[in-house]
Order: sequence, then structure tokens, then C-alpha cells
Amino acid sequence: MMDATTLSGEAIAAGSLAPARRRLSWLMLSPAVGLLAVWAFVPLAMTLVYSFRRYNLLYPERNGFVGIRNYEYLLSDPSFWTAILNTLVLVLGVLAVTIVLGTVFSLLLNQNFPGRAAARLMVIAPFFVLPPVAALIWKNLLFDPLNGFIAWLLHLAGLPAIAWFTHVPMLALMVIVAWEWTPFATLILLTALQSLDPEQLEAARMDGAGPTNRVIYIVLPHLARPAAITIMMESIFLLSIFAEILTTTAGGPGEATTTLTYLIYIRALLNFDIGGASAAGVLAIVLANIVAFFLMRAVARNLEA
Amino acid sequence: MNEQRASLPGTIAAWVVAFLMVFPILWMAITAFKTESEAIAIPPLLLFRPVLSSFAAALAQSGYLHFALNSIIVSLGSTVLAILIAFPAAYAMAFQPGRHTQDLLVWMLSTKMLPPVGVLVPIYLIFRDTGLLDTVEGLVIVDTLMNLPIVVWMLFSFFRDIPRDILEAAHMDGVGPRKQMMHLLLPLASPGIASAALLAIILSWNEAFWSINLTAAHAGTLAAYIARYSAPEGLFWAKLSAASVLAVAPILLFGCLAQRRLVRGLTVGAVK
Repeated sequence: MMDATTLSGEAIAAGSLAPARRRLSWLMLSPAVGLLAVWAFVPLAMTLVYSFRRYNLLYPERNGFVGIRNYEYLLSDPSFWTAILNTLVLVLGVLAVTIVLGTVFSLLLNQNFPGRAAARLMVIAPFFVLPPVAALIWKNLLFDPLNGFIAWLLHLAGLPAIAWFTHVPMLALMVIVAWEWTPFATLILLTALQSLDPEQLEAARMDGAGPTNRVIYIVLPHLARPAAITIMMESIFLLSIFAEILTTTAGGPGEATTTLTYLIYIRALLNFDIGGASAAGVLAIVLANIVAFFLMRAVARNLEA
Repeated sequence: MNEQRASLPGTIAAWVVAFLMVFPILWMAITAFKTESEAIAIPPLLLFRPVLSSFAAALAQSGYLHFALNSIIVSLGSTVLAILIAFPAAYAMAFQPGRHTQDLLVWMLSTKMLPPVGVLVPIYLIFRDTGLLDTVEGLVIVDTLMNLPIVVWMLFSFFRDIPRDILEAAHMDGVGPRKQMMHLLLPLASPGIASAALLAIILSWNEAFWSINLTAAHAGTLAAYIARYSAPEGLFWAKLSAASVLAVAPILLFGCLAQRRLVRGLTVGAVK
């Protein structure tokens, strides 16, 4: 990464660039910048405008500015708060599980043991599985209360089968999503572990620090920053979990697994309530922006450091 | 790092973890080679005569190949487009940085933070009004824009790692910009371009939100197709598994090939 001195040096150099070169440079930048600007601002502005309008695709003639009515409806709607709560449970629960498992897995995989490369690939693999496939494999082959693999394991242990998606739908959903995202945390933390200076560990060992102390006082602090980045990246994706819900529970039973993302999908594409869905969309964007704010700060700091 | 051999319990723990994580994929692959009645047998069958009939059934399913082709077109098309657009931008930012280059990069990344569901309504309406709903072109556009910031960032960070001295020296020796590009920059940057492309292919292949919401029978990708499998065919486990294996295999292969370099893209360069 560039350091502060070269950066300012380049900034000065850029100021004295020949105008022709600068024009060329802008010409090269403009397609990407222009497209992203349109992509980022136009739909956002439209969502904002719709959120202040009464607009249902089923009754297009009843259309007009309603001020903050959509927001009032939404905030007084118990379904909305259920969805917010479900979103928080899903995101925070999966984050906690993936960070803890990711840390343990990365420490295990960072050891020098026979077949290490193969074992790493096996742990990373679930991340590359198509989300609807992951959801359906778990729902049927593993979680099915009659013929599923887990039902059989429980039976062997003398325990009754669990109807996962009826009795503990959110837990079942979290297991699937955590399985998909633990590899992500593991991969990033493992990469970070590999950049740990071995001499530091060696020095600690010479000074008589046991393996446990070396992990607690050297390895874990080294992982703090990558773990923070993992948490922020993951939360952006977890806030948008959709296919897994659609293919397993469709938000149910009742509203047990309806997250904010899924609620907006129901309101917009199943109920055609454009105004209400847009208001919820605006709130989803606000929620994501709070997370993104911290992420961008970390990334920007990294650009400088 | 620590080159001393792992202890026996450490080794066993690592292998147990690896086996547990890969088990659902493994079980899916095993089930794909069973007949339907073997697939739901309790206790689960480990020894059986593998058959290919479930693959045949999945492939014969109306439209499977059609959706697979859509997946290939959308992921390759959007990746090529994203790289064509991102390459000049990343080049300009890496080799002729201006005062605002850094802000521009951070802003590009910030567009990635917009949750898709926040703009589902306007995108859906725009697509409906412009006739892009359920078209491959529409999905290519969305996937390109979704992946563009990550591709720019990855290319930028790879370009930055190319030693300036080499380019300077070439410049001094009177090598023109076009030759510099063809004979120096492209060969040096090609691993970076390859891993950016791999990541973009993986992300758009596995993209489910937009393909489910913006496509139907015509332009659906495998993600949308398998998601619609959930209702009736979910009961046919062997066929579901076979269809899933076919849908997952190419990306699993790509992902494993690229796993080391993906970290940089997935964390937008914050972890190397």
C-alpha cells in the first residue's frame, strides 16, 4: 500500500501533469464513474420519491403525494418491527457464530499437518455453493424430519426428530447461513494469520510463553482488525439474505423468518405496494449505511496506512 | 508460520472440522448418484450402486440447459463488461493518480454498500417500463454494475503492485505507450486480471436476489431455476441433488483455484 509521503508526492506530481494526459485520464475514468453514479443515485432518488407517494400497482389511479404517511404506517405496523427484530437476530447470531468458528477453524488450519491444503479447500468450499442450492440441500437432505440425515443421527442417539422449519425456523435458517459464511470468516482470518511474523511467536516461545498464552496475547490481538473487517463485510451481505429464506420458509411460519429484506420483497412484488415498500427500502438503506460508515472508515484508513 | 508439526489432537481436530464443513456438499454429491428410493432410505445408504439416471432426469427437465446457458452468458458477459469498463479506470487511478483518486475509490466502494432490496422497487419498475424484465441483457447490466466497484478495486490494487521502475525504464528507452501496454503491463497485470475475473464470475454465477426478482422463464439463471425447484421437485431428492451438483460444480472448481487471491477482492484490499 502507498504510504503518506509517496501519496503527497503523487498529488503534487498530478497537479503538474500535462493537461492532455489529465484529459486522457478523465476519459479513462468516466465510463466507470458515470455508470456507477447513475446506478448509485437514480434508483436511490426514485426509492426516496416513491416512499412519499401513495402508489399501488393494483390501483395505479390512486396515486399522489402523501408526505410521511407511508413511514407512519410502517412504523406503526407490528410486522415491520418483527422484521427488524428478525433481521437483527439473524445478522447478529450468524456474525457471532461465524467469527467464533472462523477464528477456531483458521487457527486449526494454520497448523502444519498432513493434507493441510486439501483440508483448507474443504472448509472454504461451502462459500462457493449457490445460495438456493445450499438452502435446499439443508432443508431436504439434512433437516428433513423423516428422511433427513440429521433425523437419523438424532434417532441413533435415541432422541426424537426435530421439525426444524416448523419449531425452530430461525435457528434452522441461521445454521444454513452460518454454514455459508463461516468459510468467508475462516478464509480472511487464515490469510491474516499467515501474515503474522513468525519471529514474534518464536520470541514469545523462547521467553517461556505456552501455546495458550501465545494465542491469547499475540495471535488474537493480531486478528482483531481482520475480524472487524470480516464483521462489517459480512453484515452488508447478511442484511440482504434473500434466496435462503425464499427457498426454505418463505418468511414463515407466520412471520418467524421474515427479515426486512424479505418484508420489502413481499410488499413490493407480492402486494404491489410501491409506496410502502419504498419507505421500508429507505429504512433498509439507512440501516446498511450505518454499517457501511464504519466499513468505509476502516478501508479509507487502510488506503492511507 | 510455525513450521513445527501439529500435534495429533490438533491434526485430528482440523480434519474433523474440514469433514463436517464439506459434508453437506459431499452428501449432495453422493445422493446425486442414487435412485430416488435410495435417496430417502433410512438408515442413509452409504453402499449402493451409483447410477447416472438422476443426472439424466435433471438434464431432461424442461429448460435445465436453457437456464445453465443463461448462467454462463450472464456471468461471462457481465465479467467481460465489468473488466472492460474497470480496466481503464483502474489504470488511470493507479498510474496517473490525481488529488481525488482516493475519494473516488472510496466512493466507488461505497456504492457496493447499497442493499439491493433498497432499490428493488425502482429497478423493477425501470426494467418493466424499458422491457428489460426477464431478459439476459437486463441481468448482464445489473451484474456488471454490482461487480464493477470490486473489479475496479482489485485491478487498482494489482496495478499498484507493478514496479514503476520497469515502466519508467521502458519509457526512457522510447517504448511507446501502446507497446508498454501490450508487452509490459498486460503480462504483468494478467494474474490480477484473472483473479478479478474469477471473483466476478463467482459472484454473478451465485447472484440470486436480482435473478430471482427480475427474471422468469426466459432469462432465469440456475440460481432462479433451483430456487423454483423448492416446491414440488424438492420431494425428488436425487434429481434435486443431481441438478444442484451440475449447478455448483464449475464455480466450486473456480473458487478453489482462486481462493488465495480472492481475499483481497472480498475484503476490498483491507486484508491481504
